[in-house]
Amino acid sequence: MVAPRIAIVDYHKGNLLSVVRSLGDVGAQAFATDDPTQIAGADAVVVPGVGAFEDAMDYLQTSGEAEAIKDAAARCVPFLGICLGLHVLFERGAERSDGTAGDWIEGSGILKGSVTRLTSGRLKVPHVGWNQMHLTSHGRACPLYANVPEGANVYFTHSYALADDIDEDIIATRSHYTRSFASGVWRDNVFGVQFHPEKSSATGLTILSNFVSYVEHA
Amino acid sequence: MLTKRVIPCLDVKDGRVVKGVNFVDLVDAGDPVELARAYDAEGADEVVFLDITATSDDRSPTVDLASHASAELRIPYTVGGGFKDVAGMRQMVAAGADKVSVNSAAVKNPELLTQAAAAFGSQAVICAIDAKRKGKADEWEVFLAGGRIATGIDAVAWAEEAARRGAGEILLTSMDRDGTKEGFDLALTRKVARAVPIPVIASGGVGTLEHFAEGILEGEADAVLAASVFHFGTFSIRQVKEYMASQGIPVRLDF
Repeated sequence: MVAPRIAIVDYHKGNLLSVVRSLGDVGAQAFATDDPTQIAGADAVVVPGVGAFEDAMDYLQTSGEAEAIKDAAARCVPFLGICLGLHVLFERGAERSDGTAGDWIEGSGILKGSVTRLTSGRLKVPHVGWNQMHLTSHGRACPLYANVPEGANVYFTHSYALADDIDEDIIATRSHYTRSFASGVWRDNVFGVQFHPEKSSATGLTILSNFVSYVEHA
Repeated sequence: MLTKRVIPCLDVKDGRVVKGVNFVDLVDAGDPVELARAYDAEGADEVVFLDITATSDDRSPTVDLASHASAELRIPYTVGGGFKDVAGMRQMVAAGADKVSVNSAAVKNPELLTQAAAAFGSQAVICAIDAKRKGKADEWEVFLAGGRIATGIDAVAWAEEAARRGAGEILLTSMDRDGTKEGFDLALTRKVARAVPIPVIASGGVGTLEHFAEGILEGEADAVLAASVFHFGTFSIRQVKEYMASQGIPVRLDF
């Protein structure tokens, strides 16, 4: 079988090598690109997570990547958003360029709901480190989590997370920190994770491998 | 629950691991990335590469190391040693380092922490502090250059300032305990951990499994770091984590 071609959407905020290489490890032909035509022609699209919501949306919109992403998602091209790449799937986010929370910034609106800041109290924000993902019944049916045990540890680094106004029936995994939040969502061909599978050792590679298998069979 | 982390530290000079290593099955035990991969397989939660080359040296071997590490490692990693300005850190982050650790340069210019946090986010900025006890009292002084240069600065006050200025984590090394195998300076660790609202990584002095657990339970650290006990194969990372779990500490064991 020919390795599926997976476009990693580059919005010039950081290094995408670990995402590209992790997908390569599990049999994909992954490439970073900022070209909407390349994104449109790929077998699958991954939006990685680097930077702040405001900057990412600015870049995605100006470059034409946002349109290419929405179009790919609508054409049922398999799609995976990681961390900030998960956030931009939703209607609105509060994270400004400098990391502080402000007025709503419009997201791509592929999925319903908002992204809000984790409020620090006794626990420290950002939420950085290995925490558990808990599978919902929807998550147990999700192809991304085949052979991933309930409560598996995955690597997080974020200050913002999905709010409670997202559709309950797309929540595949939940994690608990300053509040309980959706750490994985799934609707049809669209997958999103708050954690970083490319930094989550063997568990992360299983999840990416499942995504590649899904792409191969899509 | 967020787990407590176990972090092996690799001392690197000119792109090569300098301390002795005991991983007989590695093709090249001097290759920091290959060693880090072995630690990943054993359950390390992240790794720290500490560049011990003099600060005036050409940085390129370490930038090469960072991009090689991004290509090969599937856990987060930190690069530390010799940063003088945000430009140097930016090179490392651009090469894929998840975090940068800054020590002397931040003491000389604390504003550097603010600038780095603004550029990369606090989660990517570690302030490393080398502290030495002043006499018998529970007071510690910040030292530079591997313990050779005294600064007169109080370590706890400096940790508080570093956090205020944007550091996302404190990597706290006891110069009195480093290399002794007598265990962490728990009083120091606890004092800093209670003083700052950011995670503290305890470092310096680990010799037994009990020491790791003490760092968390008595030192109140969020992570424990060690070098030689891992390099020499005294303990595997799994052994350390299993012991910590037996003491009721949440750790990642599914690897």
